[in-house]
Amino acid sequence: MKFLARRFAHAIVLLAAISFFSFALIQLAPGDFFDAMRVNPRISQKTIDGLRAEYGADKPFPIRYARWLRSLANGELGVSLAYNSPVGPILAVRARNTLLLTGVATLLAWLVAIPIGIWSAAKRGKFADRVAGAATSTLLTIPDLLLFLALLLLAVRTGWFPAGGMISPGLEDAGFWSKAGDIARHLVLPALGLAAVTLPMLVRHIRSAMIEVLEAPFIRAARGHGISRARLLWRYALPAASNPLISLLGFSIGTMLSASLLVEVVLSWPGLGPLLVEAILSRDVYVVVGAVLLSSVFLVAGNLIADLLLFAADPRIRLDSRGVNG
Amino acid sequence: MKRQHKLRVALVALAIFHFFILFAGFFAPYGFATQDRTMPFAPPTRLHFVDARGEFHMRPFVYAYAAASGAGDASYEEDRSRPFPVRLFTAGAPYRIAELIPAHTHLFGADEPGRVFLLGTDAFGRDQLSRFLYGGQLSLLAGLIAAALSVGIGIAVGAAAGFYGGWIDDALMRGSDLFFALPWLYLLFAVRAALPLHIPEWRVFLLIVGVIGLIGWARPARLIRGVVLSARERNFVTAARGFGASDAYLLRRHVLPQTYGVVLTQLALLIPQYVLAEVTLSFLGLGVGEPVPSWGSLLASLQQYDVLASYWWMFLPAALLIPLFFAYYAAADALQERLKSVSL
Repeated sequence: MKFLARRFAHAIVLLAAISFFSFALIQLAPGDFFDAMRVNPRISQKTIDGLRAEYGADKPFPIRYARWLRSLANGELGVSLAYNSPVGPILAVRARNTLLLTGVATLLAWLVAIPIGIWSAAKRGKFADRVAGAATSTLLTIPDLLLFLALLLLAVRTGWFPAGGMISPGLEDAGFWSKAGDIARHLVLPALGLAAVTLPMLVRHIRSAMIEVLEAPFIRAARGHGISRARLLWRYALPAASNPLISLLGFSIGTMLSASLLVEVVLSWPGLGPLLVEAILSRDVYVVVGAVLLSSVFLVAGNLIADLLLFAADPRIRLDSRGVNG
Repeated sequence: MKRQHKLRVALVALAIFHFFILFAGFFAPYGFATQDRTMPFAPPTRLHFVDARGEFHMRPFVYAYAAASGAGDASYEEDRSRPFPVRLFTAGAPYRIAELIPAHTHLFGADEPGRVFLLGTDAFGRDQLSRFLYGGQLSLLAGLIAAALSVGIGIAVGAAAGFYGGWIDDALMRGSDLFFALPWLYLLFAVRAALPLHIPEWRVFLLIVGVIGLIGWARPARLIRGVVLSARERNFVTAARGFGASDAYLLRRHVLPQTYGVVLTQLALLIPQYVLAEVTLSFLGLGVGEPVPSWGSLLASLQQYDVLASYWWMFLPAALLIPLFFAYYAAADALQERLKSVSL
């Protein structure tokens, strides 16, 4: 339990530090949302000052930070100047979409990566391993952007998949199943692209983790007992290799989040990515801070989940934290 | 033997690529801002060897385009009545070699008013190949400087943490946790958000490079710390310390030389990543603005569906990045393998 408590406290401190830094960074920026209004001769300086006072933009930094923390506590995360409403609900919808996309993509990537990784570890140095290695290195060298644009081109040219968006117009009020089907159709391309971006890294790590385990004496012993190859790989070796793979799962969430930003913009998936780019261009500071904070919450949560899984899967960590192994 | 071979091939390929980019002015047939408004989205010019009468010419030639009705490839037709030979070492738009020596000789060019656009043109009729070469100067330089910055900070932090240990180690590694916990692209965007949108190009460039470089130091720092931790326990380090060597001497003479493998590998891995980061920023309109090209802004027009669907040659600049990245990753791979065989 000590292990988990420490990890949890660590995560909290980390998020607090991130909240402070991202807020400070944005607030230090020269220029603000009202710059565009100042240029407009029909809006008087008085109106702008009034608006600044209303949104608290004229207060010194500590007061703004304290106010922002208070609104963070009740889930508002400040006020979006462009949308003229609390940031919290705006982010929640976008975050849900991003989570849906990254969740499906993570599942897809792991489902493909685990068999390939295990297979090429089992056939180490043979033809199959080399083909898999060449394929993953090729995929690694294709710029994300090119891949996503190619997917968009596929959608535009063939019409097999919708070219962007999340739901077809007119279907917003349709029944659950037709809606789910439509969203799934929109999800195919971004999820594929996102999975393809993370796949090479996953395959490489799974392969090397499996190779390490396959060299262990207990595997040779099991092989000597005449245990079948498939059972040996999946039942004996894979659980033993799970420790680094679980850490990899936590780490891959961060990669996914960064990659999803671009895929969302290119394929216009209404997630956090397009919202963030829009907010940067219009200097909507609280939305920017909120999006950055939320993405780091996801990442920290992902690592925490990985720690929990490690705790459940690896008896060494469990026993250590109880002090049995001293 | 084979491993050395792989590293050498990768390094030669990288050297050639960077050579082209460094002397972009010479290899590019036109200036990066030279517009030809009559030829928006012209497809790549075909080089001909056989003329309309069926005669073969050693010197390749091109035909001028005549506007035709239609979209994409179909909107341009070759006017076969008059060939324009392609010549080597032609005089053209002035440029500066390495920003210093003025020159106006280009590797190749077609006789006026013929045009040679090997990668086609963009919406303003600007030569894509020239823009790719000039754009590389910005994108590659950004990647190189940012990677050097990241690894430099990584060396400083990693060496301090690993060599001194104790609370310094704790503090520095907690700091790197902070940078690990942020999805780096979001952080990059947040910092970009903190900067004014419209500032001079060179300042945007410096800021982007600085930001990308400052964000990524956590991974190299951790890896270098690991190497330094094991290096400082080596017997010859202890011996040197026994002879009264100072910390600075130990670090410089005995500890840091052992990290050079990790440093090189990290550089080879980070440069393509950082080039891509700059490309992403410029693609989204947050990088250096027009008319200065970068690999990202070359691709930005693909955000419009009609451009994406009709003009396939707009993808070519992105496709050219694949061999470059392949060479970098191959170099990183070869370095890593070498590292393993050395430590065993």
